[in-house]
Amino acid sequence: MKNVLHTIQQNKRLQAIVVGLYIVVTFFSLYLAQKSVVAFLLLLSSLLLLYFTTFSNRVKWLIGGVVMVVLLPLAASQGEAYQSYMEVATLVGIYIAMALGLNIVVGMAGLLDLGFVAFFALGAYTYGIFATGQANNFMPFGHYPLSGESFWVFIFIGCFVAALFGILLGVPVLRVKGDYLAIVTLGFGEIIRIIFNNLDKPVNITNGAMGLASVQPPRLFGIDFMYPNQFYYIVLVILITVIFAVRRLEFSKIGRAWKAVRENEIAAQAMGIHLVKTKLMAFAVGASFSGMMGVVFAAKQTFVDPTSFTLLESITILVMVILGGMGSVPGVILGAALVTILNLQVLTELTNWLNQLSLNGVINVPDALSPAKMQRFIFGVILILFALYRPQGLLPAKNPVFDEKDLKDADKLINAGVQKEATQHVHLDS
Amino acid sequence: MSILTVKNLTKQFGGLVANSNIDMEVQKGSITAVIGPNGAGKTTFFNMVTGVYQPTSGEILLNNESIVGLKPHQVTKKGIARTFQNIRLFGAITVLENVMVGMHNHLHGGLFSTILNLPRVRKEEKEARREAYRLLEYVGLESFYNEEASSLPYGAQRKLEIARALATKPKVLLLDEPAAGMNPKETSELTKLIYNMREELDLTIVLIEHDMKLVMEISEHIVVLDHGEKIAEGTPDDIRNNEKVIEAYLGKGAATTAS
Repeated sequence: MKNVLHTIQQNKRLQAIVVGLYIVVTFFSLYLAQKSVVAFLLLLSSLLLLYFTTFSNRVKWLIGGVVMVVLLPLAASQGEAYQSYMEVATLVGIYIAMALGLNIVVGMAGLLDLGFVAFFALGAYTYGIFATGQANNFMPFGHYPLSGESFWVFIFIGCFVAALFGILLGVPVLRVKGDYLAIVTLGFGEIIRIIFNNLDKPVNITNGAMGLASVQPPRLFGIDFMYPNQFYYIVLVILITVIFAVRRLEFSKIGRAWKAVRENEIAAQAMGIHLVKTKLMAFAVGASFSGMMGVVFAAKQTFVDPTSFTLLESITILVMVILGGMGSVPGVILGAALVTILNLQVLTELTNWLNQLSLNGVINVPDALSPAKMQRFIFGVILILFALYRPQGLLPAKNPVFDEKDLKDADKLINAGVQKEATQHVHLDS
Repeated sequence: MSILTVKNLTKQFGGLVANSNIDMEVQKGSITAVIGPNGAGKTTFFNMVTGVYQPTSGEILLNNESIVGLKPHQVTKKGIARTFQNIRLFGAITVLENVMVGMHNHLHGGLFSTILNLPRVRKEEKEARREAYRLLEYVGLESFYNEEASSLPYGAQRKLEIARALATKPKVLLLDEPAAGMNPKETSELTKLIYNMREELDLTIVLIEHDMKLVMEISEHIVVLDHGEKIAEGTPDDIRNNEKVIEAYLGKGAATTAS
């Protein structure tokens, strides 16, 4: 077995055949067997297979792009289950983006945040309030709801509002460290939820526990976005942007500063890193991803209420990060996908199946033991098992591998030429 | 010319006086050693100079400009870099990245230019990688550049701390027991390195060290602390023969063996 894997690792053509074959087979099995959740999951996992190939990044993104943009929706589109598949895929995308945001805070900067869902709520309410009649209650000007075209602007507003609150929260909170930080952020998460729950008087801003109903669907060129298969593409675009942003930040001056702060605060300061600024930036960037997805979530659900943003949601996102691997972008993507699918598909399918068996009188499973109700139990077990046996997660964080050729001064002459050019540029700029 | 001047520096932790009325002048381009028994207040002194602790009273001047009250990162910006007695590397990232963290203030890529991956940022990063590699070559760690910092042998970790401190482009470099835990061969390499750094990089070096051979060999000026007070200062020869120092720290045999 090891030998086979080794040969495959050496041979790119073989890899291409294996991946190609896998995608084709799973594509057709889903295409032909529309009800098969397994086929859907297998097609999704072709992306994981792709991750382990040795193709260049560009090729991976290209193949992955084709699978996500064309093959997955096409294969799923043939039956009644189409929208529910796309619903799952959309939610997976939303959670991946949030988990990537939390990964910056927890995984890279090492700040344990237990109230992360608050930023998601902020994004959702930002769009929810202005895309329903709710804003008429307190806004002195303008007509509400705003039209669905404003959705696209609100993605950026949601991003900005969440980042702003990330900073506002960070300023007082970052005075405490470690366990205390976790407790304070947990409090913040609950405070935001309770504020939204109670902000229906004296001025009705959030409509309290009743929530905001019939949020305007996004609209582009006269087309309303109502169905999960349409939201799927919105989420996909945002998600890919987020992944690129995280990847670039991770290996930049900013990402190194985050990791330095995580590894040793005193040494990081001695290297000239502004501690508060660096931590605030982690909070703001992480929160902004959540805020964007909050806007999308509000538009997709067409309904926003405080019960969507409980502590359990924050914990779920944290589980995604820990399961995948703290600080590891591919790991967190995998973790988020696994947890979301486990929640939405595997557990519900299992429950349905057990119900079926009970109905047929094969076995009798009491309602209290149905898998869908054991979500917290399962998360708890996952957390304990991973803390004990694989603390680095499914796909542990990898350090960049630098190419020695890129570092040496063998091409000093060429380099000097470049520098000359650079100084000229500077002159032109100034 | 004095680059770093300390006047009447005092630090109290509650009732404990860790440093009391210390005066000191560090000449530009010199190698100055701070020695003394354990608990004499040497590291506290370093921590005050680098902004980790705020002095209870007294003044610290860098190039005649007060640096009291500055945060550690501001002190680093002013041109003072340091290493730590208990090694404080960024263990989980690579050796090369550790050095690149030191360049933090000399890189200008902001949040948006990084996300957009502008050519300016890419070029700056590439330059930074090369510069970091050059610094690793300088301290002799280039073969480890892709390793995790925590996996390095002890002596190499100490050298990496020096490379990382050099990356901040300091004027004054504070070394807190750079030779602790090193074997004689490593210590003699380190001695050479410290000497070379001063010569080649236009640095002023202040070091805390217990290895008297190293101290006597390279320092031009020695300050002796005991119980938070300065009990003597002068050239290595003065110190070696100073009665007070022999009694408090060196011991009777040192005057002969360390020469």
